[in-house]
Amino acid sequence: MHNNVNINVHHITRVEGHGNIVVNVKEGKIEKLQWQVPEAPRFFEAMVRGHSYQDIQTIVSRICGICSITHSLAATKAVEAALGIKVSEQTDKLRILMHYSEQLQSHVLHVGYLAAPDFFGTPSVVPLVARAADAVKTIVKAHRIANTWSDLIAGRTTHPVTLTPGGLTKIPTEKQLRQLQQTLKDAVPDLKKIAEVVLSVAANVPKFERPTEYVSLKQTTPPTYTFYHGGITSNDNKGAVMPIEKWHDVANEYVVEQSTAKWTKWHRDAYAVGALARFNNNAELLSPMAKDAAKVFGLQKGCCNPYMNTVAQLVECFHVVETSIEIIDQLLTRGLKTEKVTSSPKAGKGSGCVEAPRGILFHDYEFDKNGKCVAADICIPTGQNHANIQKDFEKLLPEILDQPEKDIRLKLEMLVRAYDPCISCSTHFLDVQFVK
Amino acid sequence: MDRPRVAIFDFACCEGCQLQIVNLEEELLDLIDNVEVVEWREAMSEQSREYDIAIIEGSITRPEDEQRLEIIRTRAKTLIALGACATIGGINKLKNNFEMGDVKKCVYGKSADMPHLETMPTKAVDEVVKVDYKIHGCPIDRKEFTYVVRCLLMGKRPEIPEWPVCVECKSKGNPCLWDFGQVCLGPVIRAGCGARCPSSGFRCFGCRGYIDNPNVNGAKDVIEKYGLSVEQLKGKMVLFGTGQGPTNA
Repeated sequence: MHNNVNINVHHITRVEGHGNIVVNVKEGKIEKLQWQVPEAPRFFEAMVRGHSYQDIQTIVSRICGICSITHSLAATKAVEAALGIKVSEQTDKLRILMHYSEQLQSHVLHVGYLAAPDFFGTPSVVPLVARAADAVKTIVKAHRIANTWSDLIAGRTTHPVTLTPGGLTKIPTEKQLRQLQQTLKDAVPDLKKIAEVVLSVAANVPKFERPTEYVSLKQTTPPTYTFYHGGITSNDNKGAVMPIEKWHDVANEYVVEQSTAKWTKWHRDAYAVGALARFNNNAELLSPMAKDAAKVFGLQKGCCNPYMNTVAQLVECFHVVETSIEIIDQLLTRGLKTEKVTSSPKAGKGSGCVEAPRGILFHDYEFDKNGKCVAADICIPTGQNHANIQKDFEKLLPEILDQPEKDIRLKLEMLVRAYDPCISCSTHFLDVQFVK
Repeated sequence: MDRPRVAIFDFACCEGCQLQIVNLEEELLDLIDNVEVVEWREAMSEQSREYDIAIIEGSITRPEDEQRLEIIRTRAKTLIALGACATIGGINKLKNNFEMGDVKKCVYGKSADMPHLETMPTKAVDEVVKVDYKIHGCPIDRKEFTYVVRCLLMGKRPEIPEWPVCVECKSKGNPCLWDFGQVCLGPVIRAGCGARCPSSGFRCFGCRGYIDNPNVNGAKDVIEKYGLSVEQLKGKMVLFGTGQGPTNA
């Protein structure tokens, strides 16, 4: 047992945005252990006021570069709910296809570029280029495929330009969809190769468990492993599904006195969102290949090792690819139709909820009769994981206190990275300052 | 020649422009053969205080960030502003349409007066330090990024388009979105994006900023032809254009 441990990770690397880890152990007693977020607040909810309902998704897309499609979709759904706009089945399917491209892009980025170096014991993916060139090239290729896919449906890879209230400004041709489908079929062996590489270092995934509440979307009609439709559920909610409009009753955002950061809690003192939460609530609905992948890694429903979130993301990569191949079949069987998109301003209030790659995301907007935004409220996944990361820290540190300081530091950093935080999604973050 | 040492730093932004560098995919592997990336927090754990080229992403919204940027400037021989948040203040400048007190209260309610929530009107990077090169866009265009880096490696000054998006849009043969009732900013916004948005049927909302000498009279003709007022056009220029000149139209 070390008597004294001092870790001060200023701006943790290989995560999106800025976070700090502070550990102070004196004579075997933990005096300070904190996960801090000093990201510059960006005030999106204030900035959208006065803007047209048609411009909301263009603005809030800029909350996050990695999950810009997700933010745009949540905003568009909320705007459509507020204005009473219904979209066609074709639009719905194309939007889900767009959403899946981002899930794949973000998951490959996290698993391959941000998390994998820890498993290989390198500071970044760069040294891996020399050490495991083939594996890196396969990861790069899968990432490129996801981006080309976003390009086709969303108009570009980051900050989509085809989404508009009521529909899409441009749809792909049937020929392009057929090509995309073939690309996705051809990508399956690459995903399997990535899974093999991760499996070869899976022994380096730390063994740690802490039961917690897992919150995600759940869709019952038809039963689907959902990222886009459905209501809110958790393992503590006895299978019940809450309508998304009630998200404030789930998030229960609060300010903690000693840290001044806004946290969330539902049935317990903290909850987790993300791939592992979705898996824990909906695993039986995964596609066959995704189920196989979970089996290979020994990932089972009820897993409460947060480090396994990275594996759950890998499992979801198979799911989104396999499901998208099916969705394209459905679209092609029906034949693509050019749809005229119209919408008109109206007073109203609406909620939109989708699963970002890193967890459930809520958007609320209110508009006046001219369609100008009068109020907005956004609750992002990383904000919801904040308290859970702190609670994990509090259980983990005493368990690893006898290890060398650099190992403690690495395990804490890896834990934060496992949540795939997206700290720039800063709407609800408070900048945390501590008395030293 | 030694490979130039490059460091990438992020301020207030969505980090989507850094992501475009990652999105170079296979090309990125070639690029890192030709430069030495010494710091890139989002992608690497390596860190350094010595670099030749500093790439700055994001806007400056706090006094402490101004200081950090000034220190980076003293260490870098060349400083590049990456993406709209850095080049023109980007979407973050929407905040400047309001009083800072009101902005804080809107988002943080009762906690708004806490000292750590202090925020100042958003600044683009060149409002704080000297910028040598700007790579425009929200997000940046990957091809333009590699072009600028290539020019720097060859000791050549990159040529950034001085003509409006309409030029690229027309050359692509796109139908004009003004004919479909959209208020598109193509006539006054800097090209170089390949007219990405209008090519997807979405109006240009000005993420690359105004060209240095916009043809104001030409833009007025367009507005008149479609029966719109200058006020209506200005109403559409607010997404990326807050506080940006010249806007005499």
